[in-house]
Amino acid sequence: MRIRKHPSALVFLALLAVFTLAMTLMSEAYGSGVVPTSTIKTLGKTLCLALAAVAMDLVWGYAGILSLGHMAFFALGGYMIGMWLMYARTGEIVAATLANSPIPPTTEELRQGITGQIFGVVGSADLPLTWAFAGSLPMQLLLVLAVPGLLAFLFGWLAFRSRVNGVYLSILTQAMTLALSLWLFQNDNGFRGNNGLSGLQNMPGLTDVPQSMISIWFLWASALLLAGGYLLAAWLTAGKFGSVIRAIRDDQTRVPFLGYSVEGYKLTVFTISATICAAAGALYYPQAGIINPAELAPIASIYLAVWVAIGGRGRLYGAVIGAVVVSLLSSWFTGGRAPALDLGFYRIEWVNWWQVLLGFGFVAVTLFAPRGLSSIIDVIADLRPPRRRGADLGPDISALREKEAEA
Amino acid sequence: MHHFLLTLLLLLAPPAFAQDLASVLQTHRDQIERPSRQTIAPVIEALAGAGPQAGPVLEAWADRRLGLAGDRFVIVESDRATDAVTGAPVADEARVLKPNSGVRGLIGTALVQFQLSDPATARRAAALDAIARGPDASHLDALREIGADPDPAIAARKARLERLLTIRFDPDPLARVAAIDGFSGDTGADLQAVLNPLLATTRIAAVTIPDGANVAAELTPGDEIAEADAYRLLVEAGFAPARLSAADQKAALAAHVVNGTVGGVPVADLSDPARRDAAHDALAETGLVLPAATAAEAEAALTSHHFADIYVEPNAEVTNAARSALNAMVVRRGAQQAADLTLDALSLASIYFLAAIGLAITFGVMGVMGVINMAHGEFIMMGAYTGYVVQTLIAGRTLSLIVALPAAFAVTFLAGVVLYRLVIRHLVNRPLETLLATFGVSIALQQIAKNIFGTQARPLTAPAWLEGSVGFGEIVSISTIRVAIFVLALLFLVLFLWIMNRTRLGLEVRAVTQNPGMAASMGINPDRIAMMTFGLGSGIAGIAGVAIGLFAKVTSELGSDYIVQSFMTVVVGGVGNIWGTLAGAALIGFLQKGIEVMNPGNTLAAQTFMILLIIIFIQFRPRGIMPTRGRAAEA
Repeated sequence: MRIRKHPSALVFLALLAVFTLAMTLMSEAYGSGVVPTSTIKTLGKTLCLALAAVAMDLVWGYAGILSLGHMAFFALGGYMIGMWLMYARTGEIVAATLANSPIPPTTEELRQGITGQIFGVVGSADLPLTWAFAGSLPMQLLLVLAVPGLLAFLFGWLAFRSRVNGVYLSILTQAMTLALSLWLFQNDNGFRGNNGLSGLQNMPGLTDVPQSMISIWFLWASALLLAGGYLLAAWLTAGKFGSVIRAIRDDQTRVPFLGYSVEGYKLTVFTISATICAAAGALYYPQAGIINPAELAPIASIYLAVWVAIGGRGRLYGAVIGAVVVSLLSSWFTGGRAPALDLGFYRIEWVNWWQVLLGFGFVAVTLFAPRGLSSIIDVIADLRPPRRRGADLGPDISALREKEAEA
Repeated sequence: MHHFLLTLLLLLAPPAFAQDLASVLQTHRDQIERPSRQTIAPVIEALAGAGPQAGPVLEAWADRRLGLAGDRFVIVESDRATDAVTGAPVADEARVLKPNSGVRGLIGTALVQFQLSDPATARRAAALDAIARGPDASHLDALREIGADPDPAIAARKARLERLLTIRFDPDPLARVAAIDGFSGDTGADLQAVLNPLLATTRIAAVTIPDGANVAAELTPGDEIAEADAYRLLVEAGFAPARLSAADQKAALAAHVVNGTVGGVPVADLSDPARRDAAHDALAETGLVLPAATAAEAEAALTSHHFADIYVEPNAEVTNAARSALNAMVVRRGAQQAADLTLDALSLASIYFLAAIGLAITFGVMGVMGVINMAHGEFIMMGAYTGYVVQTLIAGRTLSLIVALPAAFAVTFLAGVVLYRLVIRHLVNRPLETLLATFGVSIALQQIAKNIFGTQARPLTAPAWLEGSVGFGEIVSISTIRVAIFVLALLFLVLFLWIMNRTRLGLEVRAVTQNPGMAASMGINPDRIAMMTFGLGSGIAGIAGVAIGLFAKVTSELGSDYIVQSFMTVVVGGVGNIWGTLAGAALIGFLQKGIEVMNPGNTLAAQTFMILLIIIFIQFRPRGIMPTRGRAAEA
C-alpha cells in the first residue's frame, strides 16, 4: 500500500473507525441509546452512498468519463441481493404456513408457494428464469458483482470501442439507465414492475433479532465495505494504473502514443467502478428496505455526479465528503426538520425550496470552487498547486485549468 | 319460428284473409291485457296480419301507450285518448297496459315491417338501425319483401343490410357464398362482425374425425395443442380417466393418515414426490382410493385419438369464402393501418423535432464550444407555463394562443440570455462542467415551477379550430393539433434555414462555429453571437413548450419527459446540422411507432428497445447520421 502517496487514506480510515465506534456506543442496541435506530440506518445508507461516490470519482474524477448511469449499477446490485432476501424470507413464511398442513410440502410446492407470494402482485404464477438462483445466497452474491460488472463491460466495450467520448458518452450512459429502468418497470419482465422488491430489511433466519441490532451490523458492514473500496480506489489511483487513467483524462489522444491502450484502461476502470457501485448498492437496499425501478431514473445518477462535484472530484475523500454532506443535508432539509426562514413577505419552507438551493448552490460550486468542498482541506493542509501562468494542466479541453486547480 | 310463420303469413295472406283489427283485439283481449312472453307470439302475429292500422296499435303497445277504457282499446297520447280501431276520441279514463320487456321485444320485431314502409324517412332509418343492432332471420324476408326505398341513402343501407343478413341467415349456401363474394374490397366493421362468427370453431377429441365435419385444423398433441390441454379434452369427452393432480393426490393422502403413516409411508417422508406416489399406489391397492391413470396410459390415450378444430358452420364453401374474405380484409386493413401509423410516426417525429430544434441550435452551434444545455427541457416547460399564464389573462383562446407564442419566445429567450451571461460563458471549453451546472439550473427551475404552480397538471386548452381530427377513410385519422404541430415544425425548419443562410446573424453564427478566433479577428464578437444563439435556441424551446403543452399535460416535469429524446434526436442526427436533427427526429419517431406496433399496448417496451437501438446505432455512427465535416468537426 502506497500510504506515502495517499496520506489522506490513513486519516480517512481512522475517522471512519472512530465514527463507527462512536455510533455503536451511542446506539440503542449496543450503547447509550442516544442515536435512534432510524438515524443509524440513515448513516449506514450514507456510507454506502459515499462508496458509490468513490466509484463515481474513480471514473469521472480520475479517468474523465462522466457516467450519468452509475446508479444503474448501484440499483442492479440492490436488485440482485434483494432477490435473495425476498425469496428466502418469503420461503420462511410459506414454509411456516405449509407446516400446519397434514402432509409435508414438496420442494416444488414450496417453490410454487413462494412464487405465488412474490409474483401474485403482478399476476404471474411462474418463477421467471432470472430468479433461477434466487434461493442461493452465494450465487446471488456472485451475481451482485457479475451482473453489473458484465453490463458495464459490455456497455463500455461498445462505447469506448467506437470512441464515444465526452458529453456523448454521458448522454449514452443516461440513456442506458433510462432504458434499464423502463425495462424493469414492465410487469412481465420478472422484477415485479413498479412494485419493485420490498421487505428487504427483514433478514432471513434473523426474525428474532431486533432491527436496532441489525442496523448496527449493517453500519459496520457498510463502514468496512467503504474502507475496502476506498483502499482499493486509493491503491488503483496511486500506481501506474492511476497515472495512465489521469493521463487519459487530461489528453486521451496523446496516451496511445506512449503505448497504452486507452480503450482497455477506460474499460477496466469503468467495470471496476461499476462493481464497486454494485457492492455498495447491495448493502444499501437491505437498509432501505425497498427497491423499485425509480431508483434507476437518470436523475439519481446525476445526483451522484453532483455529490462528487460538490465534494471535489479527483480526490477520493472529496467524493466521500460530497456524498455525506449533500445526502445528509438533503434528508435534513426534506425531512422537514430544518426551521423555515421567514422573510416577512414570504415564508421559505425548506421542504419546497431545498432543491432550488441545491441547484443554485451546485451552480455556484461549479463556477467558483471547481475543487468543491475539498478545497477547504487544501487550505487547511496548505496545499498549493504549481504556478502555470494560466495554462491548462493538460492540453485537452476536458483537462483541468490552472484556475480550477487554484480554487 | 314464430317470426318465420309471421312473415310467411304476411307474404301469403292477402289482406282480405286477415281478420280485421277490431275482432283480433276483441278475440285476444285477455292476452293483450296480461301478456306473457311464452304465449303472446300468436297474438302478435294475428295483430300484425290485421292490416295497416295495426302498426300504430303495435307501436303504442310497445311504447306502453295502449290502454283499456272500459272494454275498448285506446291509444293514449299525453293527455287524451283515441280509440285504437276507429281513431275517435275517447273521454273515459283509460288504464294503460304495461307489457314487460320480453313481450316488447317480440312486438318490436313484428313492428319492423311496418316501420320499414313508414312514410317518414327518419323512422325507416331507425328501423334499419334496429335491425342492424339485433338481426334476426325474420328480418331478412322483411327486408327482401319491402320494395325499393325512395331515399337513396336508406336504399343503399337496406341493400347492404340485406346482403349481410343473407350471409348470416339465408338457407341456401350458394346465396351466402355469393353474398360474401359480393363484398370483395369491403373493410367495414359490420361485415367483419358478420364474417367472424362464421369461422368460430369448437375443439373436439374423437377416435376418428366424423365424416362431413367441416374441419378447420387437425391438431397434433404436443405440437398445435399442448398435451395437457389435449388430455383435458379427452377427459371431458369421457374417452379417458382424469389424471391425478398433485392437489388431489395431496388431499387423498391427507384423508388417509393413519397413526402418522399413509399407506405404510411415514408422513414426514411425504415431502418427496416419489414417496407420495408410492403411498397413493399403496392406498389404491387396498381400494381406499381410485387408481390414477399412469403416464403410459395417458400417452396411449393421446396417440389413439384425434384432435381437431371443427367449424360450427357445417358448410365448407361458406367457411372458405368467409376465410378468404377476411384474409383480404386483413391485408387491406393492414395497408390502411400502415398509412395511419406513418401519419402517427410523422407527428411524433415533428414533436421530437420541435423539442430538439432549440437544443440542436445551442448544442449544434455551440457544441463546438463545449456547451450542452441540460436545462433545455425546463425552457420547454417555461414556455408551456407561459402559455398557461397568458391563457388565464386573455379570455379568447385563439387570441391567447397568438399572444402566447411570442410571449413564450420572449420569456425563454431572456432566460437563455441570463443563463448564458451568468453561467455558461464562465465555463467555456469545459463541457462536462457546463452539463452539470445547467443540470443544477434545471433542478432549481423545476422546483421553482413546482412551488409556483403546484404539482397538479395545468390545462393549456387549444382553440376550437384545433380540436377534432382530420381523417381519410375509416382507420386513417390524425388530430388537427398534430397537423398544426407538423406545420409548426416545418415553419421552424424554414425559419432556421432562413436565419442561418440569409441573415447577418446567421452568417456570423456560421463564422463563429467554424473558427471563433478567425471570426473574432474579422470584427465579430463571438461572445455576443454565442449569447444570441443561446437565446434563440432557448426561445424556440419556449415556443415548442406551448405547442407540446396543447396536447400534453403542463407539469413541472414536462421538460424532463422530452429531454432524453431531444438529446437522442440531436446525437443521432449529428451535431451542427439541422438536416441531421430532422433525420434524427424522423428516425426516432418512426422507430418508436414501429416498435410500438410490434409490441402492442406496451409503450414502455417500445421506449426500452428504442433506446437500446439508439445505443447500438451510435456504435456504428458515433457522429450521427449527418456528421459535421471539415475543421469544425475536429475542434
